[in-house]
Amino acid sequence: MWNTLTISDLAARLGRREVSAREALQACLDRIDQVDGRLHAFLSLDRADALAQADEADARRARGESADQPLLGIPIALKDILAVRGQPLGCASKILHGFISPYDATVVEKLKAAGAVVFGRVNMDEFAMGSSTENSAFGRTGNPWDLDRIPGGSSGGSAAAVAADECLAALGSDTGGSIRQPAALCGCVGLKPTYGLVSRYGLVAFASSLDQIGPFTRSVRDAALVLHAISGHDPRDSTSLPEPAIDCAAAIHGDLRGIKLGLPREYRIEGIDPEVKSAVDAAVRQLESLGAEILEVSLPHTQYAVATYYIIATAEASANLARYDGVRYGLRIDGDDPIEMYARTRGAGFGPEVKRRIILGTYVLSSGYYDAYYLRAQKVRTLIRQDFLRAFEQVDALVTPTTPTAAFRAGEKVDNPLQMYLCDIFTIPCNLAGICGLSLPCGFTREPRLPIGLQILGPPMGERTLFKVAHAYEQATSWHRQKPPIQ
Amino acid sequence: MEYEVVIGLETHVQLRTRSKMWCGCANEFGAPPNANVCPVCLGLPGVLPVANEEALRLTVLTGFLLHCAVPELAKFDRKNYFYPDMPKNYQITQYDRPSTANGWVEFETGGGRARVRIARAHLEEDVGKNFHYDRYSGVDFNRAGVPLLEIVTEPDLRSAEMVYDYLNALKDILRQGGISDCDMEKGMVRCDVNVSIRPAGASELGRKVEIKNMNSFSGVRKALEYEYARQVEVLCGGGQLAQETRRWDDAAEITESMRTKEQAHDYRYFPEPDLMPFAPTDAWLGEVQARVIELPLARKERLMRQYGLPAADAETLAGDAALGAFFEGIAPRAKQPRILANWVINNLRARLAETSTSIQAVKFPPAAMLELLELVDTGRISGRIAQEVFAEMFATGDAPEHIVARKGLVQVSDAAALEPLCDAAIAAHPRTVADYRAGKTAALNFLKGQVMKLSHGKANPNLVGEMLQRKLQ
Ligand SMILES: [Zn+2]
Repeated sequence: MWNTLTISDLAARLGRREVSAREALQACLDRIDQVDGRLHAFLSLDRADALAQADEADARRARGESADQPLLGIPIALKDILAVRGQPLGCASKILHGFISPYDATVVEKLKAAGAVVFGRVNMDEFAMGSSTENSAFGRTGNPWDLDRIPGGSSGGSAAAVAADECLAALGSDTGGSIRQPAALCGCVGLKPTYGLVSRYGLVAFASSLDQIGPFTRSVRDAALVLHAISGHDPRDSTSLPEPAIDCAAAIHGDLRGIKLGLPREYRIEGIDPEVKSAVDAAVRQLESLGAEILEVSLPHTQYAVATYYIIATAEASANLARYDGVRYGLRIDGDDPIEMYARTRGAGFGPEVKRRIILGTYVLSSGYYDAYYLRAQKVRTLIRQDFLRAFEQVDALVTPTTPTAAFRAGEKVDNPLQMYLCDIFTIPCNLAGICGLSLPCGFTREPRLPIGLQILGPPMGERTLFKVAHAYEQATSWHRQKPPIQ
Repeated sequence: MEYEVVIGLETHVQLRTRSKMWCGCANEFGAPPNANVCPVCLGLPGVLPVANEEALRLTVLTGFLLHCAVPELAKFDRKNYFYPDMPKNYQITQYDRPSTANGWVEFETGGGRARVRIARAHLEEDVGKNFHYDRYSGVDFNRAGVPLLEIVTEPDLRSAEMVYDYLNALKDILRQGGISDCDMEKGMVRCDVNVSIRPAGASELGRKVEIKNMNSFSGVRKALEYEYARQVEVLCGGGQLAQETRRWDDAAEITESMRTKEQAHDYRYFPEPDLMPFAPTDAWLGEVQARVIELPLARKERLMRQYGLPAADAETLAGDAALGAFFEGIAPRAKQPRILANWVINNLRARLAETSTSIQAVKFPPAAMLELLELVDTGRISGRIAQEVFAEMFATGDAPEHIVARKGLVQVSDAAALEPLCDAAIAAHPRTVADYRAGKTAALNFLKGQVMKLSHGKANPNLVGEMLQRKLQ
């Protein structure tokens, strides 16, 4: 049962020696043994290493070294896209078969420095390309609320593991919604920080100018704790902002008087599920009753976001994924010459969605097409960013649904990539603009009972506002305390 | 028909930095295969590049030395192509916003001077090196990620000889400027040439052929000579030239087709999202500006003008920065800088080379050279003795005065002392004396040599000459 607590709660109990880090981790491992055969959130798990970290955490606490280690003994799982020294780094792809990372990602170093027990490799869409975790080369992950449904993606394993109490928190990555969308569909809190606030060193790149690492937690406060541990300037990432680690704990208090929240007109679209709409409308009324002023705002270039995203993200991906060639590591299928080796290795190693995006990205960068696609997309991207910056002159944050619908059935959209791409319609613009966004639970559909997510978007470095709004809402509701039925 | 050749050059130069372009690995030649590698330069999943600031400085410094403009903003791009020596299968380079552009190099060629315009000099990363064995191949990534400067000329070069002279002038500038060691044998300089021919006097350019794979400046010269002849032959034979890339075969001394325009790569350049654009501040540029040196050609001219040195000596001193600095440190105090230059080049430089000593390790203070010349000038020692004194100075660092005194090397100008020696030489060589008297004036030199020998080199040679002449009249 220690595994079901929030980080804040467990940290307090660890501090009072009501429980040891080893016992807390063991509770997580027991829970994994109990449910993961059906849930399939974890791709692999180094129990010995995890237990050794927990024992080390207990030893440090016994020596009185817990002061500057706010996450001491807290079990945190990692998406299979983050490098941990000595552990497999696979991106849920066959092409990285057998690859063991020789180095730690910056976020992993930071989590370890904060005392966390960093364990497990959780499932994802291959190379973070997808919205359902069905694109994993190692089987799909179930949604803890209904195992026949998808957990969202690409960080579906992270969301499912947190929602199913297999860990206290997990890290994921968000390129077009890959944290917020699965958080919404699994009923947990997910944060995509401002671009550059968290170092990308050690995050396997999908689309470098869009990717950000962020936490999945079971409370808003927990997300702030993890963000504090993993954020801050990193000299190894040239796109990292010259900002220290951000501590949002102080912002988490009080009501919302004086806060202006915007409802983007363009997000009121056809095809949004009525139950999602009414849950979000109710959440907006709740925010208003907490003192926030609600305004309508306009983000006029919203309709171009999905197309823009799929040009920029695939262009960057086509280069980022070129290194998987069989020469130095991972899968290699020999050929008579390098070209044949590349073709065979990549042909066998990548799944269909990854291939689709590499081909798309290669196409939009091709001579003769570059101006019409890539260059134009960059211009639209600037317009989308300006839309947001203009909106944030009027309001402190924006409120939207995280997804147009609740979790859909596995297999429902696999054959329709365009339908799948539209799952991220509310989350994509945030990445294009480089701003921050958070999703938290705001209700459930009736039959079946599935979580609905509320998205709050803030300006660059506006995380404090996000946490203030999200926390006030969370304290006034009980959605986050609901547990999924999986046993 | 007369044909004119039009040549443009792309010269790749490895920068002299301690570490590689994007990581902390050593930029060093000759380490065991894959000794200088890390996750970043191996292109492992999840790594990011961080630009080496010294490489950025050296690029802008090159711009200053080549009279280029430094734009307000430079950025990096990805150049996509697959090759086993390329860890990421894209090369980080500068496509449309190079660090520096639009300059020129002035150099001596064909007995005159020429100026070649520099289109741009941009920064990129080197690739690894493939090795082929019986049944497999290996890649050494030590070189992967070494900072590489690509210096691109306009098509201003008009002969193989001119290209050769340009390359040597460029090498001197880059070496002296501390940009690169330019060691050809270590592959620090590589160049590709673009060559076309056109009827003499025509203004339109002919079909451009790119030649790759030359690994020495003389290889470049040979490849161009071959290619010019080949192209003229094709056109004179009524044929057409293809726009293509050709490879120089150094052993066979021919070029052969690699790929035609239709097979050209589409590199799909796009801005590198992992690096921020670089906008140098005035302070930063000022620091780089402070490292600008006097160019070798300018220095040569100044040495000729300021010290009256012959062109060859001035060129030698201008071409060797350390030797030049040694000379210039004392030349203003020299009575005859030309003679000092002669000594620095013919004695000091020779000795340094013989003993493999660096000029910093010379034992005597530079001013001792002036003291030595002063001893000759005032007739205290002969030029020949001076050689001996210099050798001793070089070996021990002792002051020339001390050496002369210690070894009793003061020149003998005393007639009373020289007279018996002259008489002895005359007496010992009657036939030579007879030859002289018969009109063979050269015979006097032999006798003079004998007297010098008898005096152990200390006799004043002018005095001996006069004395012998008088005695034999
Ligand atoms: Zn390296």
